[in-house]
Amino acid sequence: MRFWLVQSLNGLALGGLLFLLSSGFSLIFGLMRVANLTHGAYFMLGAYVGLSVLEAGHGFFAAVVAGALAIAVLGGIIERVLLRRLAGRTLAQVLVTLGIAFIISDSTLLVWSGDPMPLPVPAALQGGVRAFGVFFPKYRLAVVIIAVVAAVLLLLLLERTRIGAMIRAGVDDMDMARALGIPVPRLFTAVFCLGAALAGMGGVLGGPILSVYPGLDMDMLPLALIVLILGGAGSIGGAFAASMVIGFLYTFGQVLFPSLAYVILFLPMVVAIALKPKGLFSADAA
Amino acid sequence: MKRAALLALALAVLVAPAILPWDFYVNIATQVLIAAIFALSLNLLVGYGGLISLGHGAFLGASAYAVIFLTTRAGMAQLPAAACAVVFATFLAALFGPIALRASGLGFLMITLALGQIMWGVAYRWVEVTGGDNGLSGFTRPQPFGLDLSSPHAFYVLALLVFGCSFAFIALLVHSPFGAGLRGVRDQPRRLRALGFDTWLIRYAAFVIAAFWAAVAGVLWAYYNQFVSPHVLSLTNSAEVLLMVIAGGAGTLFGPVAGAVIVVLLKNVASAYVTRWMMLLGIVFVVIVVFMPEGLVPGLARLRRRSTGGVARPRTEGA
Repeated sequence: MRFWLVQSLNGLALGGLLFLLSSGFSLIFGLMRVANLTHGAYFMLGAYVGLSVLEAGHGFFAAVVAGALAIAVLGGIIERVLLRRLAGRTLAQVLVTLGIAFIISDSTLLVWSGDPMPLPVPAALQGGVRAFGVFFPKYRLAVVIIAVVAAVLLLLLLERTRIGAMIRAGVDDMDMARALGIPVPRLFTAVFCLGAALAGMGGVLGGPILSVYPGLDMDMLPLALIVLILGGAGSIGGAFAASMVIGFLYTFGQVLFPSLAYVILFLPMVVAIALKPKGLFSADAA
Repeated sequence: MKRAALLALALAVLVAPAILPWDFYVNIATQVLIAAIFALSLNLLVGYGGLISLGHGAFLGASAYAVIFLTTRAGMAQLPAAACAVVFATFLAALFGPIALRASGLGFLMITLALGQIMWGVAYRWVEVTGGDNGLSGFTRPQPFGLDLSSPHAFYVLALLVFGCSFAFIALLVHSPFGAGLRGVRDQPRRLRALGFDTWLIRYAAFVIAAFWAAVAGVLWAYYNQFVSPHVLSLTNSAEVLLMVIAGGAGTLFGPVAGAVIVVLLKNVASAYVTRWMMLLGIVFVVIVVFMPEGLVPGLARLRRRSTGGVARPRTEGA
């Protein structure tokens, strides 16, 4: 029982991190039809930036903000300089994002060397909470809460604000949105920066749990892809539910069948692909 | 006339490494041939089928792992092991196909990427079978009919023969009615469906055939390196072969071969000077996609047409 409770929390925490990573990925794909293969690299780079900020003696909150901001700026530049130039050529865009992912991946190796480095847990969140006779690490609880808050804020942004309405219009029917005078290019940049910032923030928050190492980017990217396939493009609720499912499966898979944890991820993907009636990335019918 | 001269030149270039004394260059030529078979197979999907796969390394890797596992761990003889490895990887493609082909375009790319990464994860984590990060070693090249393939020259000849077979097969396939159907599925899937073609089946067949030749390349790859590690299944490897196809020219017969020459040379030359192959790969990727999306072979053909049609340039071949 204790085992299941503790691992469930671990699954939720991983799910929360996955949500931060893949909600942006899903929004970008939903709105812009860009499969941003740089997203895993954003997550890793965010963690490294956070690490450097921490090592410079600043607090954990500063590290999270710096990670998110740095990646948002980087994402904005990539969108403006490269992706915009290839507008309308979706496959070329994917390949460019892949190339950039390699460049970022190799650059981090150059700057931060190849050793895995854990980010320290912030002092206020060290230790744990005792409940049901089980010891829950505070930090993981905090990650889950942050992910839920982020999901609620994103939902509010999309459902209750003017910008959100524009984004939803763009996801549903880009041409019509354009014809109605919605500034689609600016919207693209905004969403891309937002998605990148979420990934960067996820990277820093994930640091104390996953630590940061070369290859973290390629570990996270397929998880984001699977969440997108499961949750549907541009759907925050779908991304949240799918992240939690994948977080659970991956955590229990790693504990119960460590050598085949990756294959277990394969199952929900196959089921989702087999069952989806209306196109793979449609948001309806999870 | 000019065509015959070009053909003779190509043959001379292909045969030369079998005679020349420099082992280092012979080995690079062998690497080029193996990469070319791999790229030719992917070109069936990317160039003729319009299906961009980022998981093609899965089939080369699966077959390389299988042949080494079967000979060193399961004690199988060389030839049956090679055959089993190819069958295994092709069978894997028969399983993956229905999943990946639920989508085309971006969806196909993302699913193949996810499938490829899952294969990588299996190779990395399933230590009992794959040796984990250390990979599998202790493998030697076969000695069919008493021929010693451990010499670079003999092995080059073997690679050349297999390359010839694969090139001829793919050239025939592309010009067959099936090839026409595949191009039709790429360009006009709706029209083809209306004409009564089973577009899904055509794509599926192309997927499995491409995996078969990737598996053949995988066996050669295993013989050449005599070692396999999860790196062969990494996204970098799948991206490299995609770069060969795109850089050379997708949908042309010679494009992937030219791409294989460029990427293998770049990798070998660059690694002598810089250790940052991955960064270079990324930069080349971005540059090619942004500035030369059609690839080298069609790009040069266009240049030549322009130069012969318009003002005659003094040095057309040097372009």
